[in-house]
Amino acid sequence: MTVVCDFEALRPEQGVAALLPDGSQVAVFLTADGTLHALDNVDPFSGAAVLARGIVGDRGGVPVVVSPVYKQAFELSTGKCLDEPSVSVAVHPVRVRDGVVELT
Amino acid sequence: MNQTLVVIGNGMVGHRLVEILRESSWRIVVFGEESRPAYDRVALSSYVDSWSSADLELPALAGCELRLGEKVVSVDRERRVVVGASGVEVSYDALVLATGSVPFVPPVPGRDLPGCHVYRTIDDLDDIRATVEAATRPGRRSGMVLGGGLLGLEAANALRGMGVSPHVVELAPRLMPIQVDEGGAGLLKRLVEKLDLTVHTGTSASSIERDGQRLIAKLASGLELDLDVVVFSAGIRPRTDLDLGLELGPRGGYLVDAACRTADPHVFAIGECAAVEGVTYGLVAPGYSMAEVVADQISGGTKVFPGADVSTKLKLLGVDVASFGDAHAQTEGALEVVVNNAVAGTYSKLVVSDDARTLLGGVLVGDASSYLSLRPLVGKEVPAALLQPGGAVDVEMPADAQVCSCLAVTKQTITDAIVSGVACDVAELKACTKASTGCGSCVPMLKKLLTECGVEQSKALCEHFTYSRAELFEIIRATRVTTFSALVEKHGTGRGCDICKPAVASILASLGNGHILGAEQVSLQDTNDRFLANLQRNGTYSVVPRIPGGEITPEKLIVIGEVARDYGLYTKITGGQRIDLFGATVDQLPEIWRRLVDAGFESGHAYGKSLRTVKSCVGTTWCRYGVQDSVGLAIELELRYRGLRSPHKLKSAVSGCARECAEARSKDFGIIATENGWNLYVAGNGGFTPRHADLLVSDVDTEELIRVIDRFLMFYIRTADRLQRTAAWLEGLEGGLDHLREVVVEDKLGICADLEAAMAAHVSDYADEWRGVLEDPEKLARFTSFVNAPGTPDPTISFRAERGQRVPVSLGIPEVAR
Repeated sequence: MTVVCDFEALRPEQGVAALLPDGSQVAVFLTADGTLHALDNVDPFSGAAVLARGIVGDRGGVPVVVSPVYKQAFELSTGKCLDEPSVSVAVHPVRVRDGVVELT
Repeated sequence: MNQTLVVIGNGMVGHRLVEILRESSWRIVVFGEESRPAYDRVALSSYVDSWSSADLELPALAGCELRLGEKVVSVDRERRVVVGASGVEVSYDALVLATGSVPFVPPVPGRDLPGCHVYRTIDDLDDIRATVEAATRPGRRSGMVLGGGLLGLEAANALRGMGVSPHVVELAPRLMPIQVDEGGAGLLKRLVEKLDLTVHTGTSASSIERDGQRLIAKLASGLELDLDVVVFSAGIRPRTDLDLGLELGPRGGYLVDAACRTADPHVFAIGECAAVEGVTYGLVAPGYSMAEVVADQISGGTKVFPGADVSTKLKLLGVDVASFGDAHAQTEGALEVVVNNAVAGTYSKLVVSDDARTLLGGVLVGDASSYLSLRPLVGKEVPAALLQPGGAVDVEMPADAQVCSCLAVTKQTITDAIVSGVACDVAELKACTKASTGCGSCVPMLKKLLTECGVEQSKALCEHFTYSRAELFEIIRATRVTTFSALVEKHGTGRGCDICKPAVASILASLGNGHILGAEQVSLQDTNDRFLANLQRNGTYSVVPRIPGGEITPEKLIVIGEVARDYGLYTKITGGQRIDLFGATVDQLPEIWRRLVDAGFESGHAYGKSLRTVKSCVGTTWCRYGVQDSVGLAIELELRYRGLRSPHKLKSAVSGCARECAEARSKDFGIIATENGWNLYVAGNGGFTPRHADLLVSDVDTEELIRVIDRFLMFYIRTADRLQRTAAWLEGLEGGLDHLREVVVEDKLGICADLEAAMAAHVSDYADEWRGVLEDPEKLARFTSFVNAPGTPDPTISFRAERGQRVPVSLGIPEVAR
């Protein structure tokens, strides 16, 4: 279990990055409807740890984050890349407990 | 063995012939007397804008032997051999004479004096310029153009471009006697006289004498003109000084039949040197048509010259003039319908048959916008509405009407290509029908036909908005909505995307809605704007402080050096005369800004779709050749427009003289100093599709210059598409440069005060974006690599050394082979 931050500190559609004990990174997003999502922070197309800095929106109603490097869209709930179906990023379980966002 | 075609003459028509035949089996040898490659002589007067002959050059032709600077001295028709001045002999199977024409110089005493020139070639313009620049008398220079036809007015325009006030002397009782009738010419004279031209019609020069520094011209009317330069442009004569022993036409020119063939079956003539069935033509379109005929004939075809459409539409000194068909009503019984609006400055005359049913021709001055609809109707039934005063000219064109008269393409051919799906835009229409590949004036008609055939390109910004960017701009401006959420809820669908969010953020910023990272706006920004720096391939950012005009003190240079050293930033000088610092992590950005801001720097907006830099040369302060203070103006402009959010990035430059060291004509707005003030060029571009900027206004003072730039930029910001640079915007703007000038110079739409007010608001509201973050703890808190471990560096980022600096270690990209 890794603590990310207070839920109050999250802003809708603005990702944040969290560091896991093993040195890997997770991008955490709050969508406008109040849903939390967590994906690997590393963009598989560039290798840069930047997905938390992508623009959050939707494609055909599916909530996505768009990589800031080469602009591929990743589905927030599954990590699937919508532009390159063979590619996906890992999804992490995320919850709010006592007002704190946690990766489990 | 391939057959050999020899072309004598490397002008526009000779060039066109080679272009048509370049993929044929003919071996082609071209002799050109001028030492430069073929150029666009029709655009000769624009040479004065840049003094760069490269701007006029026609596309180079591969696969032909081009013998430039080699005059042909004789042709042996018995042996079929051409002899060049160097002694070279080339045998031919077919010979094409494309020697063009020579200027006609009337036998005025004194016509050979130094300071008297003709107007025909780039070299002629260089000579005229040398005379003008050598004139040392105080005050504005004065010139005389002999000839008030099309060419004479072009020459007068070129003289104006050199800062000379021209007198135009025309023997006929009116200007442009061949194309324009008395009523139209009267208006034309009034319009051009507003431009510092003095027109003398119905008279001629009886003598030219030198008096010390001056030339004195005496006119037949008794008037004496005190001049620095004289230009003869009283018409042209076919050039036939190469004597092949062939018959000439009644008005000169090598006599050819309808196949453009002389009495010698191996010899052809095309262009201005040819007398096709006895008739010579001084326009380029008939010349191109002759080139098509010869190319077909020597390939075994049977094409003949179809006769020429001598219709013309042009802009002379900013005045639209068009003439088509029987412009002078010479057909027996022809009737004229004239609308002469002296207040609006427009004149139109339609010539119709005696039963008022058939359109025969017409003359348009001041507004020639209906030319493209009218010209194809010549010889066809006149829609009754046309004959009413102010009648609609937007009439249905018959299917067999020629849309492109240069290449004889009919409306039917074009609509067939559209309807069958072969062509969906102008570029594809050009490729498959060849329409508009000659003079290009029918492009607007192609667009219109595309629309009429129902080809519509969606203007929707993205799946979340059905509106174009320009429409969204107006919605946001009118409704004063200040958040994306409110906008998408009312006028769009979904939650937006990486296309519409930054576009809306840019519009909100253009309309002045505080710091671009304020409130909800931060979530709309692309990463560069969100972190006020430029994302690099390894997830770090580069930092560019503003260095207005490229001017910087040693102290400030030292600060940049110290910051770079302390944070291990890779440094590079940019093309925009400033310094880029690479390799900063998200958490380092505010610390770096703090050091820079404390030393008097601010954000350079290298990250934004906004003004980047205003480059400059050193100007009068140091340069021996400078004529204005280019650095001072560049700094003033950069500080005025800094932070201005626009549909795409904006680049600018100021050059202190015509040598153009700042490369201003490759910029969105570029300024070049003149003796009298500034010339403003707009919509230039480097990048993927380079484009030279177009001259918008000339010789204006600084106040007027800034007023026009204010309007230009705001008009662009309001009407361009997302990520559309000014170059593409202007290319796509209905009415093009003329329309732009009408809107931002002449204020035709009455919006200039509003545009200026919007810019004034931007200037007064400007605040440094870096400082805005440093002074706001909430914004500052976002500049951290990890929300759960502030201060811990991103472990994926590492560097290695290259040429003494830190560069990124390339990231392993495990899953995806790019």
